Amino acid sequence: MDMKANKKKLGLKEKYAHMTRGLDWQTTYQPMDKVFPQATFEGIKIHDWDKWEDPFRLTMDAYWKYQAEKERKLYAVLDAFAQNNGHLGITDARYLNAVKLFLTGISPLEYVAHRGFAAAGRNFPGVGPRVACLMQSIDEIRHAQTQIHALSNYNKFYEGFHAGAAHQIERIWYLSVPKSFFDDAFSAGPFEWMIAIGFSFEYVLTNLLFVPFMSGAAYNGDMATVTFGFSAQSDEARHMTLGLECIKFMLEQDPDNLPIVQKWIDKWAWRGIRVLTLVGMMMDYMLPKRVMSWKEAWEIYFEQNGGALFNDLAKYGIKVPDCITQCTVDKEHISHQAWCTFYQYAHASAFHTWLPNAEEMDWLSAKYPNTFDKYYRPRYEQWREMADKGERFYNNTLPMLCQVCQIPMVFTEPDDPSKICYRESDYNGEKYHTCSDGCKHIFDDEPEKYIQAWLPVHQIYQGNCWPEGTDPTAEGFDPMAKVLEWYHIENGKDNLDYEGSGDQANFAAWRGAATQNT
Amino acid sequence: MAVKALSEYNFPAADTQDKFHGNQLLYVGWDDHLMFCAPFAYCIPPSTKFSELVEKHLPHSFGRHPEWAKVDFGKAVWLKSGQPFQPDMNKTLAEQGLKHKDVLRLQTPGLNGNGTYF
Amino acid sequence: MSTVFIAFQTNEDTRPIVESILADNPHAVLDEQPAMVKINAEGQLVIKRESIEERIGRNFDLQELQINLITLSGNIDEDDDQFTLAWKN
Ligand SMILES: [Fe+2]
Ligand SMILES: [Fe+2]
Repeated sequence: MDMKANKKKLGLKEKYAHMTRGLDWQTTYQPMDKVFPQATFEGIKIHDWDKWEDPFRLTMDAYWKYQAEKERKLYAVLDAFAQNNGHLGITDARYLNAVKLFLTGISPLEYVAHRGFAAAGRNFPGVGPRVACLMQSIDEIRHAQTQIHALSNYNKFYEGFHAGAAHQIERIWYLSVPKSFFDDAFSAGPFEWMIAIGFSFEYVLTNLLFVPFMSGAAYNGDMATVTFGFSAQSDEARHMTLGLECIKFMLEQDPDNLPIVQKWIDKWAWRGIRVLTLVGMMMDYMLPKRVMSWKEAWEIYFEQNGGALFNDLAKYGIKVPDCITQCTVDKEHISHQAWCTFYQYAHASAFHTWLPNAEEMDWLSAKYPNTFDKYYRPRYEQWREMADKGERFYNNTLPMLCQVCQIPMVFTEPDDPSKICYRESDYNGEKYHTCSDGCKHIFDDEPEKYIQAWLPVHQIYQGNCWPEGTDPTAEGFDPMAKVLEWYHIENGKDNLDYEGSGDQANFAAWRGAATQNT
Repeated sequence: MAVKALSEYNFPAADTQDKFHGNQLLYVGWDDHLMFCAPFAYCIPPSTKFSELVEKHLPHSFGRHPEWAKVDFGKAVWLKSGQPFQPDMNKTLAEQGLKHKDVLRLQTPGLNGNGTYF
Repeated sequence: MSTVFIAFQTNEDTRPIVESILADNPHAVLDEQPAMVKINAEGQLVIKRESIEERIGRNFDLQELQINLITLSGNIDEDDDQFTLAWKN
C-alpha cells in the first residue's frame, strides 16, 4: 500500500465529481435507450446530462452522516415529549384537528413522493439527477415514517388518529384532493413529475405548507410536530434546489423544451394552489394561536418569493402562470370557503369543526377587510343562531365536485364572490364539470386522463364505498353510515363538533389532573 | 391535445351512466344561497318527474334555509349549463332532455339571504 | 433586485451561524418567528465557513448547515469556504 497518509482531503467539488459523476457508466449489453425507456417520450430533449449542476454536491457518505444526526435530534425530542406528557402542553386540544388533517392528508403524500422519486431516479439517464432523486426518495420515506411515529403519540390519547395513514387517504372525500394531485403527477413521465413535485410543489409551494404550519405548531406548544416538521423541512432545502436545477437544466438543454416546461408550470402551479386551500383553512381557522393569515403567508411566500423566482426564470423565456390573476382574487376567499365546507360536512370528516368565536371573527375581519364581513361573517352568524336553537346545520346531500382538483364546487366567480363558478367541457358525449378556468384548462388539455378520476361522490353513488359484504337492499340500510364505516370514521367520536367531543372533555380532565393534586 | 404516453392511451371514463344502477346524475345549485357551500349531486332515475325533483329532492336538501319556503316556482328562473331552461313539471328528466351529469341552476330573484348570500 | 432568504431552526447550533451571517452581510435583515429564524437579504447572502469557525472554536463543514436548515430561496453556489444564495437579476 503506497497511499500517502498526509494527502490533503479532497475538496467538495472533487469529492462530488469522484463519488457521484465518476460512478456512472454506459451500458453495453443493452442500448441506453432500452435501459432508460422513459427518457424521451414526453418530448424533453437532453443533449448532455453532464451539464447537470448539483449545487449541494452532497455525496452518499455525507448524506448518511447528516441524516443520522437529524434522526438523533428528532428522536431525543420525541422521547422527551412522550415521557413528559407533552400532549398536555398544547394550547388547546382543538388545535390537534389541524394535526389530524396533516397526518391524513400530507403524511401519505410523503410516502408517494418516496415512490415517485425512486421511479424518477431510475428513469433519468443522467447520474446527477439520479443521485439527487435517490436521496430525495430516502428523505421522503423518512418523512412519512417520522410523521406517523411522532403522531402515534397523540393516537394514544385522542380521536381521529387511528386510520389516517393506512386507510383514509384512499377513501375519504377531501383526502382525494391531495391524493389525486400526486396520482396525477406519478402517472406522468419523469420530467413532468420533476416539475410537478420537484418544482411546483417543493420550490413554489412547500414553504406555504411547512413553514407556517410548523411555526403554528410551535406557537401552539406542539413540540412533536415542530420537531418532525423541521426535521423534514431540513431536507426540503435540498429538494427545492433539485426542483430549481431541474427546471434550469431542461431550459438550458434545448429551446424546444420551453413550451413543454411552461405548460407544466402552469398546470402544476394551479393544481398545487388548489390543494393548498386546505392549508389556508388550517392557518386561518384551526390554530388557536395564529402566526399569520393565509393571505399574509401567500403574499410573502408566493407573491414575493415566487415573484423573485419567476424574475430569475424570465431569462429563459418562462412567464408567470396565467392563474396568478385568479389567485390574487382567491387569496381573500379560499380559506373561508373551505372552512364553511368542512363545517357543514363535519359529520363526514375525520376531524372536528367549530364556528369561529367573536374574537376569532374580529381577527378574520382585520386580516380580510375586503371580504370577511361582507361574505363570511353573516354565514357564521346565521349558523351560530341555528346552533344556539339546537338546530346545528349539517348538509344532508352530497356536493358536486370538480373533475380535476376534486374539491366540491365551492369556489366563486373571479369577479363575483356571490356566485359559484361553474365551468364545463364536453368530451366523448359526456359532460365534465370544473371549478375554475384553471381546472377546465387542465381538463381540456388531457381529457383522456381526467375522465378516469375517482370522484368520491360519484363512487359513493355507484355503491363502491361500503365495507365488503354490505347489502344495500337490506332492510333499514343506511348508506351514509356504511360510508363512514368504510372511511374508518367512528361516528360520534372522530367527527362532528369539537364542542362536546371526547377530545375536549379528556383534554380538560387530564390537564386539570396535571395541574392540580385532586 | 392528447396525453403523451409510452403506448396507446385509451381508458374508460369512470362515471358513465351505466355504472349508476339505472340512475343518472343531475346537479342542482341555488344561486345566491351559499349556506350550501356547493351545488348538489343527485343520483336519481331518468324517469323522475321534474315536479318530484322540486317537491321532494330539492326540499330535502334546501329545506332548512329560512328562504326556501318563500321560493315561488312559478317565477323561478332555471339555467341548464348556464343557458335559460324552461322545465316542464309534468315531464320526466329524460323527456325534457336532462341528461346524465347535466347541471341546473335555480335562480329566485329577490331572494339572496337579505343581501348576505347566505 | 429580488430578496433571497434562508431560515434555520432556533437553537444553540444555529445561534453562532446566524451571528456570522448577520456580521458578514450588513444588508441582511433578521426575522424571528416561533422556533425559526429567517434571514432576508436583497440580492444575495454569503455564509462564510471561517466566520462560523471563529465563533464556535472548531472546524466547521458548511454541509453541517443542512442539519438545521428549514428553507431557502435563491440560486445556490457552494464550495468548501462559502455558501452563496443569489438572484442575479
Ligand atoms: Fe417530504
Ligand atoms: Fe378544480
